[in-house]
This record gives sequence, C-alpha cells and structure tokens, in this order.
Amino acid sequence: MVETTMVETRMADQSIAETFASPKTGVSQRDVVRFCLMLIVLAALVALPFAARALDAANLTTLATRIVIFAIAAASLNLALGVGGMVSFGHAAFFGIGGYVVGILYQHFVSDEPLFGFISGTNQLIITAAAAILVSGLAAALFGALSLRTSGVQFIMITLAFAQMLFFLFVSLKAYGGDDGLIVRRRNVLFGLDTRDDATFYFICLAVAVAFFALLHRIMRSRFGLVLGGIRQNERRMASIGIPTYSYQLAAFVISGMGCGLAGALMANFARFVSPDMLHWMQSGELMIMVILGGAGTLFGPALGAALWIILETSLAAWTEHWQFVLGPVIILIILFFRGGLQGILTMIRGIAHG
Amino acid sequence: MTLVLEQLLNGVQLGVTLFLLAAGLTLIFGIMGVINLAHGSLYMVGAYGAALVATKTGSFALAALGGLAAAAITGMVIEFVVIRRLYARDHLDQVLATFGLILFFNQAIVLLFGRQPIFIGIPPLLSGAVQVLPGVFYPVYRLAIIVVGIAVACALYLMITHTRLGMLVRAGATHREMVRALGVDIRVLYTTVFGLGALLAGLAGLMAGPILAVQVGMGEQILIVTFVVVVIGGVGSVRGAFFGALIVGVSDTLMRAFLPGLLRGMMTGSEADALGAGLSSMGIYLLMAIVLLVRPKGLFPAHG
Repeated sequence: MVETTMVETRMADQSIAETFASPKTGVSQRDVVRFCLMLIVLAALVALPFAARALDAANLTTLATRIVIFAIAAASLNLALGVGGMVSFGHAAFFGIGGYVVGILYQHFVSDEPLFGFISGTNQLIITAAAAILVSGLAAALFGALSLRTSGVQFIMITLAFAQMLFFLFVSLKAYGGDDGLIVRRRNVLFGLDTRDDATFYFICLAVAVAFFALLHRIMRSRFGLVLGGIRQNERRMASIGIPTYSYQLAAFVISGMGCGLAGALMANFARFVSPDMLHWMQSGELMIMVILGGAGTLFGPALGAALWIILETSLAAWTEHWQFVLGPVIILIILFFRGGLQGILTMIRGIAHG
Repeated sequence: MTLVLEQLLNGVQLGVTLFLLAAGLTLIFGIMGVINLAHGSLYMVGAYGAALVATKTGSFALAALGGLAAAAITGMVIEFVVIRRLYARDHLDQVLATFGLILFFNQAIVLLFGRQPIFIGIPPLLSGAVQVLPGVFYPVYRLAIIVVGIAVACALYLMITHTRLGMLVRAGATHREMVRALGVDIRVLYTTVFGLGALLAGLAGLMAGPILAVQVGMGEQILIVTFVVVVIGGVGSVRGAFFGALIVGVSDTLMRAFLPGLLRGMMTGSEADALGAGLSSMGIYLLMAIVLLVRPKGLFPAHG
C-alpha cells in the first residue's frame, strides 16, 4: 500500500517536472550571459575588502558582511515564502536560535561546564554552525508541523506567535543573559584562519553564501522545488494528483529554517553578541521585506533585497534617528506600486531594452 | 482565595480589553479579507489621544472622547489612503504594507510625544476600591473596564444581529460580490467597518492607559496576543473573539500570578521567578498550539 503511493507520487512528480520545466537542451545564450554576470559580481565581492582597505573605508567590509549574512537569511526565507508560498512571519525565530546556539556553546566553552551535563561547549565554527543548523531545523520541524495544519491568515498569525513565544523564552533565560543578551567575547575559530580579522570573516561568510546559493539553485531547479512551486500556485490541484503537499511544505519549511539558523550563527559571530532582539517580530518583518524588495521566488532577488534594505537602513539611520518614519512609508509605496521587487524592475528594463 | 478571585477579575479585565481589539481585527478580516497589523497602532493612537487631552484639560470624559475620535479618524484615514488599495492583494502584501504603517506610527508618536512613557491618573469618580464579596476589595476602575467591555460586546451583538448595518456586515462576510451586486455601496461599508474596528481599538487603548504606561510599542505587544485570541477563537468570528479573549485573558493572568509561586517549591527563588515569568509568557502560545492540534479552525469557526 505504502509502496504504491510512493510510486504514484514519484510518477506524479515526474509529470509535474515535465510540465513545469521547459525542456533544456544544451546551454542557451542567456545562461552564458547570466553565468558571466554572476562571475563579475562574485569577483567584485571578492575584491571588495581590498578596495575597502585601499580606500581606507573599513566599515565597508563590515557592511558587506552584514549584507551577505542577511542575504543567506532572506534567501532561506524565500524558499518557504517565495517558492513555497508559505507566508511565515516568524523566521527571525530560527535566525535567533542559530545565534543563541553559538552564544550558549561559547559560554559553556568559556565556563567549561557541559550543557545539560553532557554537551561540552565549543568555539569551533564548524561545530557551532552545524549545531545551529540542526537545532533551528528541529525547531522549524516542530513549528512547521503545527503551523502547516492551517493556512492563509492563520498561518501568518501562528508563525508570528511561535516566534514571539521563543522571544519570551530567551528573555526569561537569565542564565544566558535574559533581556540583555549574551556576549561572545571572541569569534569562533575555523581551522587556522584569523576570524578576528574582519576581512577574513567576510570571506568566510561569502564562501558560505556561495555554497548556500549553489545549494538553493539545485533545490529550486529540482523536482522538489518544482512541486513546491506547484503547491504555491494551486495546492488542491497538487493534492489531487497524489502529492502529499503537507510533507513537501514541511520539508521546505525545515530547510528554510535551517538556512536562517546558519545565518544566525554567522551573525552571532560577526556581531559577537546575541540578544532576544534577533528573534523580535520586527526582524521577521524585515526579512520578509528583503525578500519582497528583491523579488520573491527568484534565486538572487532576496540577496539584492537584503543589500538594498541594509544600505537603505544604514544610510537613513546615519541621517536621522527617526529613520523608521521615512522607511515605513517607503515600504508602503514599494508594496503598493512595485510589486515584483527589484528583479521585477530589472526584468522590465530588460524587456524594454530588448524591445 | 481572595487572591484567586482578584486575579480572576484581572484576567476578565484583560480579556475584555483583548476582546475589543480582537473583535475589530476579526470583523475587518471577515468582511474585507484584510489582515491589519496596524490595529495595534490604532490602540496606541487611542491611548495617546486620551493622554494628550487628559493632560491638557484634566477631564476624563473629554479625554475618552479625544481618544475615540483620534483612533476612529486615524483608522478611516489609513483605510482611505492605504488599506483600500490592499483589498485585492494577497495577505503577504497586506502584512508588509501594514508593517510599514506600524513603523510610521511608532516613529510619529516618538516625534510627537518622545520616548518617555506617559502615565495617566485614574479619574476621581472611578478611583478607590469596592467590596465585590465580603472581605474582597477590587479597584473600581478595573470593574468599570469589565462593565464597559461587556456592554460593548452586547451592543456589538445587537448591532450585528438586529440592525441594517449588522445585516450588511453579515452579508459582506458571507458573500462580498453578491452584496455589491445588490447595489450596496461597498466602499462606504468598508470604511465604516474599518472605522468601527478602529473605534473599538481606540476604546481598548484609552481604557488601558491608566493601568499600563502609555508608551510606544504598546500596540504591538497586545496585537500579537490578539492574534492568539483570534486564532483560538476562530478567524472571522466575533463570538469566537469574545470567548477566545476571555480564555486567553484569564489563563494568561492566572499563570503569571501563580506559576512562579508553584515553581518556587521546586527551585531557588530568583530562578523560579525568572523561569515562571518566561513560562507564563509562553503559556498562551502553548495553549494556542494545543487548540490548533485539536481544532485547526479554532474553537468557534465562522460559518461559510
């Protein structure tokens, strides 16, 4: 019985893949252009710290690090929100969990007292990042399993409420700083690299981001990604051709949470500080806006959105303390009049350029 | 025993405040299909409007009018300027645009009033305590909130079941297009309902003012709890909002009051207090999770 359903599912998957994916034979000219463009952007990103040093603008590197970290977080959210159509208003929870895993493991490393009596603390980035991914994945599985029982507006409210619940949990954990947060005195170590150097840390984040985006590319092009897109477009139709939509959505939600956990782990190292603010609902909102700003459902849209949002926020904050007074209406205007986000505008321009 | 009764009343008082917010939120969602995050901002506007008039005139009655007017007018203006353009959009756009409204309102309040919380005095007529049971005294002001809340709930019930506006509201919630096809000016109906929701939120805000500090961010704190109420009660159902609000209000208050004490029996005082506070803040969300497991559509799902 189970076997037949699986076979049916697999067959259904293939038929969807065939319906959705345009037959790709060989490499088109557009793919080449796109690949070259990607290489140029990547080269620019690699050159950035050197340029910053030459220009004596060290804060450019830290700004770029923040953008790269948030690009990872926004791109993960995009998998749930843009690709899968699950409007999660609680992804900051996973971002914060990732950060707290790093912070808590570091605290136990310093105090040399094992967590729960048997997990010893560590400051190895490889281990803390893996633990962050694992724990945030578990949390996403739990929250997702419950939240996905609903849909639409309830789903939005429930994900928000779960994130808020975790926010209060960390506020009340006095052993880990409570309200005040937790200081990570030194960044985690990675092999023999000098992670205290901002440029080195930037390169670590960039490498992680490149790997992560390559993975996302694979996921979005895979049968799994196509089914997910199909569920977003019409869940009932997908279910009626035999696809277990709940499992697919849950899997995407978990992967998405894990990505945010990874970003949170990097953020905790970068800022050398974690606090409940990382899980604040404002943070969830900002991640959503990054996704929409760049263009939901696209691979690089969220990264563009993250860059634009952080640059906007940083420059407005430098200009006035009341930057949110300006930013709020800006968000409203973007939502009301530029729906496709940056990618949409780019596509529009390309359309005009090509006549 | 006295303490339990007192906390129970506190819970009911929180419950009716939550009901005022949840009723507006759920009505707006039920009829216009819009999820309005800025509902908390309207609560804040109501509280600040009342605080402003109270400090200027010293009259609580005028302050109440001021708060109501501020919230209702703000609500109708944002409906006219922003929300109206979101009816045809998906929930994601609605969430983000109203998120933008929250940022705007919070900073506008900071610009106008500063970051310092404002404290409003309880009006002399309603100050003091009254004996509710032999030996049990309870503040008059909090009792007044309970009375007003329940009165509003009854009025809302009568309005929805017995008036023309209520009939349109019910019809709009069941079949929007049909109402429009029958020649009802749906735009006016929408603005009215939104204004009504804003009025209720403002009422909740101005009544909460003397109990809590009037400060920036007060709206979001209660908004998220209101979401929990709406999810527990069933989205789009005013009856659900009422019972959901009472359940959440009472259970939240009782947990906050008694959980640390229970934990203190098991661990040291300060740790028990911190953990108790944390667990009791999480309590209503756990409650929501349990309700969802049993009834994904909430306890009192709206019809249709």
